[in-house]
Amino acid sequence: MTEGLAGSARMHWRTFRFAAWLGWQMDSNWTEPWLFMVYSVIKPVAGAFILVLMYSIFALIGQFSDPSMFAFIYVGNAFFIFVGNTLYGTFQVIQADREWYQTLRYTYMSPISYYTYIIGRAASKVAVAGLAVLITLAFGVLALDVHLDVGWADIPPLLTALVLGLFCLISIGLCLAGISFMTARHTHGLAEGIPGLFYVFCGVLFPLTALPGWAQDIGRGIPLTYWFDLTRRLVLPPSTINTGLGFFNDTEILALLLASSLVFFLLSIGIFKLGEYWARKAGKLDMLTSY
Amino acid sequence: MSAPTGTVLSRLPQRIRLNLQAIVGRAYPRVVGANREPSWIFFEAILPLLGIAAYVFIYQALGDRAAAAIVGGMCGDHVCVSATEQAAYLAATKANVNALIGSTVLGGTMIAFWLNVLWSMASQLYWEKEIGNLQLYMMAPMSRMALLGGMALGGMFMTSVRATTTLVTGVLVFSVTLQLTSPALLLAVFFVTLIALYGLGMMLASLYLLWGREAFNLSALLEEPIFFASGFYFPAGGFARAGGLGRAVLTAATAIPATLGLDAMRQIIFPGAWGGTLWIFSPEVELAVLLVLAVVFLFLARRALAYLENLARREGRLTSRHQ
Repeated sequence: MTEGLAGSARMHWRTFRFAAWLGWQMDSNWTEPWLFMVYSVIKPVAGAFILVLMYSIFALIGQFSDPSMFAFIYVGNAFFIFVGNTLYGTFQVIQADREWYQTLRYTYMSPISYYTYIIGRAASKVAVAGLAVLITLAFGVLALDVHLDVGWADIPPLLTALVLGLFCLISIGLCLAGISFMTARHTHGLAEGIPGLFYVFCGVLFPLTALPGWAQDIGRGIPLTYWFDLTRRLVLPPSTINTGLGFFNDTEILALLLASSLVFFLLSIGIFKLGEYWARKAGKLDMLTSY
Repeated sequence: MSAPTGTVLSRLPQRIRLNLQAIVGRAYPRVVGANREPSWIFFEAILPLLGIAAYVFIYQALGDRAAAAIVGGMCGDHVCVSATEQAAYLAATKANVNALIGSTVLGGTMIAFWLNVLWSMASQLYWEKEIGNLQLYMMAPMSRMALLGGMALGGMFMTSVRATTTLVTGVLVFSVTLQLTSPALLLAVFFVTLIALYGLGMMLASLYLLWGREAFNLSALLEEPIFFASGFYFPAGGFARAGGLGRAVLTAATAIPATLGLDAMRQIIFPGAWGGTLWIFSPEVELAVLLVLAVVFLFLARRALAYLENLARREGRLTSRHQ
C-alpha cells in the first residue's frame, strides 16, 4: 500500500517535472532568453499602461485626482496577471496539444497522469507571471508614484494568500481544461472571457461596491474576490475606499481561501474526469475544429 | 486535362471567375462553418463583454468618487461657489462618464476585429502550414491574393456578427446614450477601417509565412500594446496631452487603422464629448487617411506575398512544420 502510494507520488512528480520542462521549452526556446524576458513583461506592462491612461484621461477631463483609487486599480491589475497567465496556462494545453501540435493522443496514451501533466505545463507560465507582477509593481512604485506599504509582519500572510490563490486558480484552470475537451477551438474566447468574468465580479480594478447588488453577491461567492481584497490590504496603506468586504478580518479571509481552494481542487478532479469521459465517449478527444 | 489555350485577354474572364470562386470557397467555411458551432455565441460574443464591463466599471467607480467629491462641495480643484456650479459639475461628470463608457464599449467591440486580424488573418498562413493545408493552396490554380481575400471577407462577416452582438448587448446593458450624427459617414469609416485592418492582416500573413513559432508569439505581443497605443479603452487623442513621448506613441499608432477608425467613429457617435479636446483629426480627415492606409496595405500585401512566397519556396520553409 505504502509502496503503491510512493510509486504513484513518484509518477506524478516525474510527470510534473517533465511537463514543466516541456512547457518552459515551448514557451521560451523560440528566441533568445533576453528577448523572451522582454516579451514576457511587455504585455502586462502595456496592460497597466491602459489603466494609467484611463485614469489620467478621467483625471484630465473631470479635473479630479484620486491617488488612492489609482493605487487600488494598479495593484489589483498587477496581481491579476497571475489570473490570466495561470488560467490560460492550464486550459490552453488541451487545445494546443489537440489542434496545434496534434500530439494530445500520444501524450494521453503515455503512462502519465494527464491531470498532473497539465499542471506541469502551466508551471512556466505561472513563474513568468510572478516575474511580470514584480516588474509591474516596481514600475508602479518607481515611475507612477504608487505608494506600497508592506511591513515584515505582512509578508507571511501575503505569501500564504499567494500560495492559496494560485492553488485556487490552477484548480479553476483544470475545470476549464475539462470543459475544453468538449469544446471547439475557443482558446481565445476563453482566454478573454473567463478572466473577464473575474475581472468584473471580483472587484479587481474597482471596489465591489461599484457593481449592482446582484453582481456584488456573485463577487462575494468567488474566492478570488477575497484574495484580491486581502492582497491589497497587505500591500497598500489604509484608504477610504469602501470595498464592501470590511466585515472579514485577514485571518478569516485566509481560512476562507483555504476552504475554497480545497473545494475547487475536488471540483477540478470531478470536472476534468467528466470532460475526459465525455470526450472519449463522443470521439472528440483528438478532434480538429479548424476553420 | 488540356493546357490553357487562347490569348491572355481571352482567358481573363475565366481567371476572374476562378479567383472569385476561390474567394467564395475560402470565405465559405468562415461564414457557414463557424456558425455551425453554436457555442461561439457564448465564447465569442458574451464572454468578451465581461472584459469590456470591467473597464466600464472602472469609469463608473471613478465617476462615483468624483460625484461624491462634488456633492461633498468640491468642484474640481476648488470649493464650489454656488449650487449652480455644483450642478454643472455633476452634469458634466455624468456626461463625461457616459461618453467614456460608450467609447469603451465601442473600443471593446472593435477588439474582436483586431483579434480576428491577428489570429485568423496574420497567423492563418502559418497555421495552414502547420496543419498541412498550405501546400494544397499553393498547388491550386488561383491567385494567393484571392485566398487571402476570401479569408478576409469570411473573417469580416464572422467577426461582424459577433461584434454586433457584443455592441448591442453592451449598449443596452450599460445604458449608453448615443447621439449618432452622420450614419453614412459612420458606415463609410467602419468599412474603410475594416478594409485597412484586413489589408494589414493580409500583409502580416505574408510575413508570418516566413517565420516559425515567432509568428504565434508576435501575434500575442500585438494584443495589449496595440490595445494601449490605439486607445481601445480610452480616447487616443489623450496621448497628445502627454508630452513628446505621448505624441510619438500617437503618431506611431496612426499607422494601425483601428486608431483613426475608432477615433472617427467616437466623434460621430459622441459629438462634443469632453469638449472636443481629445480628438485626433476630424472624421473626414481620418476617413481620408484610412483610405490611403487601405490602399497601401493591400498593395504591400500583394508585393510581400509574392516576394515572401518565393523566398519561402527557396529556403524550403513552405511545408516545414513546428519550427
